This record gives sequence, structure tokens and C-alpha cells, in this order.
Amino acid sequence: MTTLPDTTAPGQAKLGLVIDLDTCVGCQACAVACKEWNTQGYHAPLTDEDPYGADPIGVWLNRVHGYESGEGPTARTVHFPRSCLHCENAACVTVCPTGASYKRESDGIVLVNPDTCIGCKLCSWACPYGAREYDYRDGVMKKCTLCIDRIYNQHLEPEDRQPACVRACPTGARHFGDLGDRDSAVSRLVSERGGYDLLPELGYRPVNKYLPPRSMIEAAPTEPPPALAPIGPGDGSLVENFFAWVDRVL
Amino acid sequence: MHPAYSVIMFSTLSGAGYGLLALAALAGASHGPASSFAFGALVMTMGLGLVTIGLLASMFHLGHPERAWRAISQWRSSWLSREGVMALVTYVPAMVFGWLWLDPASPPLAIRIAGLMLALMCALTVVCTAMIYAALPTIRQWRQPLVLPVYLVMAVATGAALLLAIATPYGRGAAVLAGIAVLALLAAAALKLWYWHAIDNQPRDLTIGMATGLPEPVRQWEQAHTARNFVMQEMGYHVGRRHARRLRRIVVVLLGCAAILALPALILGGGISAAVAAVLSAVAALAGTLIERWLFFAEAEHVSSLYYGSARV
Repeated sequence: MTTLPDTTAPGQAKLGLVIDLDTCVGCQACAVACKEWNTQGYHAPLTDEDPYGADPIGVWLNRVHGYESGEGPTARTVHFPRSCLHCENAACVTVCPTGASYKRESDGIVLVNPDTCIGCKLCSWACPYGAREYDYRDGVMKKCTLCIDRIYNQHLEPEDRQPACVRACPTGARHFGDLGDRDSAVSRLVSERGGYDLLPELGYRPVNKYLPPRSMIEAAPTEPPPALAPIGPGDGSLVENFFAWVDRVL
Repeated sequence: MHPAYSVIMFSTLSGAGYGLLALAALAGASHGPASSFAFGALVMTMGLGLVTIGLLASMFHLGHPERAWRAISQWRSSWLSREGVMALVTYVPAMVFGWLWLDPASPPLAIRIAGLMLALMCALTVVCTAMIYAALPTIRQWRQPLVLPVYLVMAVATGAALLLAIATPYGRGAAVLAGIAVLALLAAAALKLWYWHAIDNQPRDLTIGMATGLPEPVRQWEQAHTARNFVMQEMGYHVGRRHARRLRRIVVVLLGCAAILALPALILGGGISAAVAAVLSAVAALAGTLIERWLFFAEAEHVSSLYYGSARV
């Protein structure tokens, strides 16, 4: 069914990720862990074609970009992980002609049914975030599942019942939880740190939030550091005169 | 956007087919049975043939064509699904109209009702095709109010050029058809020029800073991956934009040539030279539409290309 569930009901669960751009170090561990888990899980396989050749191409559900932002003393580089944002107003779901693309009523996760997807790619055209990747070999669309086969998996230890990308992050830059619950840890994090939506002007209402890099204005030096003291005249010793002579000769 | 040849073939051929069927249906609605069985059969075969070839071509870009039947299920939310439903349903009035139109004994009222139904269904199917593109908020060049009229008028223009090519050897109504073809072809060229003017003068108001939410200026300094991927291949197609200006001129020239080649039929009302010119007119109209559809994809910039380093779209 490609009509969207009503997500305005109070207490409606909205599972999603909160990604901290301040602490992400761009190590790609989340992307690799995602690929590793999902190529044998719900979306198996995440096909790689020509993986060791000159022109490899493959399906990944999480990509980590690097951007430069700002100018002057506050300019910085930012590592920017990008995956499905599980939007509340997900056009990728409503454009699907077969009902293969759907948003779950119970937790808001957006999924593709690989058995009914016809591979028309229209959902990927409708996604402004480039989150869906078509599997040319499998002939169906692949996307982040928020690791539904981990988060509800009773066979895993409780600490492992979170998406593979979150579990793998060495700096704790990725947080998983219910953004529909105002008192959840992720919701508090979003309100404390000023978490934001990507491209809110398009009206997709993404569930995943991004935490901005902390301001570097306080950290930036207000006046330039003192210049290094010039090396004064030496003490006239024989050793010093020798090195001074070597310096001149060289 | 990457121009998928199967999709370009689909919208060009099925558009021409629906244009041809709709004009034949309107001719039947106003004039009654076809002037001859051979002429009517040729028009219906050509119209339904183009529509069918177009629909089959559109299935070639699917990852799983054998599941295409599932695409008619989601008409409540999906324009692509609506288009599939309309395309299938339109075969019914087309068959009924063809049956009545080819029989000289059919009552004119029955032909009129079937003809009006068929013309309406053809128009609605083309509307659904156009809305697949026009409803996407992610591609500025597609979410334009002119996309829908362009698709409709180009379907009429190519359909009229085809109907003229078939009708001129028979000498029946060729002058009227030629008039319709000339007007539709010129209208198509004018609408396309207007559309290009509109997309060129609209600001690219989404920036890489808005896509990332980071303080401006934002610039990509490290790619997410060293190899290409689906998003870069499908959404980041740049080849056509370099030649866009020249290709636009070629589209307008081809549509203009198609209109000029329809003039002999308008002036002479029939004859060998008018018939040959009318066939060339149809060829020029279809060639112009094919290039126009290719450009429609190649010039389209997808929002997601911002994440891959485009400064603004």
C-alpha cells in the first residue's frame, strides 16, 4: 500500500537516527558495517560488480561525504554520513506503482519489498536525499532498513539491538531511538543540540536529524598567536661559531 | 537525469499513438464512419501499434518486467500506476471505436459517443504520463506548469502529422488535417521555447549549504566513494547539457520543417508530392520529439546531485 500512514497521532513511534556532525571523524566504519550486515540480511545481496577491477560499482545504503564549511577562523571540514531519513512525508512511497515501497505504521520505517519491486526506479527519482540505490544485478531498489533484522531481534544481546552503523561508530556520533517520543534520549539530544532536518523546504519531513558542528567561534583565537622569538646572537662559543659557519656555507 | 532510451521511446511513440487515435476519434465523432476500410484500418493499426510498442518499450527499463502487472495496483497515490491503468483501459474504447468507425453501417451517434470517449481517454493517459514527471518535487526542470501542456500538444502534433501522412494519399480532408498539423506543430515549438525560457530564468535556489544544513560557503572536499554509484549515474547525468543549446535549436528546426512539409497538403489538398511531403513531415515531427524527450531528461537536475558537489540546482 503506497499511501502513507498517519503519523500525527500522539505517541506515534518514529524510529530514526540522530547523527552528530561535530563528532563524526569520517572513518567510514558505519558505511562498512552497514554494507557488511545488510549484504547478508534483509536486502541480501548488496551487489558489487567488478569489485576488484578498474571500474567497480556497488550498492551501499550509507555514504559518508566530506565538505568544507564556512570561512575564516571558523571554517572547518565536516564529515557527513548520508542514508535514508525515513521521512514522514515520503514521496518515494507514494510514487511507487506496485506498493513495494511502503512506510510501516508501527514504527515509521520505510522499506522496499524485494519480492514485489519491479525496478522502475521512480522512488529514487522522488528522493531528494539520494538515499536509494538500485541494484542493477538484482533488478530491485535497495535502501536503509534501520536494520529491522537487528533492532527487534530477540536472538541478539540487548546492546546489539540497534542498527549496525550505530553499533560500529567508534566516536558515538550516531544515535538510534524513537524521535516520536519527546522524552527519549535522541529527542532530548536533538532539542539540546539544535538538531535539524535536511532540506526542510521540500516538505518531506525527515525523521532522522543532524546535530550541527559545535560553534568554533569560542575556540578560535581572538588575536593571532605571538610570533616565535627570533634567535638572538649566540654566545660566541666555538661550537656555535662552527654551526654558524656551516649554516652560511650550506 | 540519465535519459533511459526505453522511457524516451515510450513517451514519444505512445504520445504519437494517442494523438493519432484521439484525432481519428474526433474525426469519426464529427464525420461518421471512416471514408474507406483501408484508411480506417491503417489509422487504427498505426495508432494502437504505436501505443503498444511504446508500452512494451517502457517495460524494458524495468528490473523485473515480469512483475509489471503489479504496477496497476497503486492508482490512488502513484501517477505511474494511474498511467498504467489508463493505458490498459483506453484499449477498450479504442477497440469499440475502431469496430464502429470501420463499419459504414454504424449509426453516427454510436461512433460519436465512442469517439468522444476515446479522445478523452487518450488525453487522460497522456496527462498521467506528464504528471509522472511534473509531480516530482526533486527536479526543478520537471516540476513546471508547462510540462503538462507540452506533453499534450506534442502528442497532438505528432499524431496530426501521422494522420496527415496516412490521409493525404486518400485526398480526404487533407487540407483540414494539414491545417491542424501545422497549428499543433507550431504550438508545440512555441510551448517548448516558452518552457526553455522558463527553466533558464528560474533561479537555482537550492544550494549545497541547504542540502547539508552547514554554514555557507559549503564545498565538497572529499567524495564519499572513489568509484561511481547508482545515484551519480542516474541523477548526475551531465553529457547532454554541453550540447543543450544546439539540440534545442535542432528540435525547433525539426518541428518547423514538419510544419512546412505539411503545407503542400494544405495548399494542394492531395497528390503524390503532397503525400511524400506529409510522410517526411511525420518523420521530422517524431525525430524532433525524440530529441526533445532526450533533452527533457538530460537537462533535468536532481536535488541529490547537491550531495555530490553541485553548488546549486
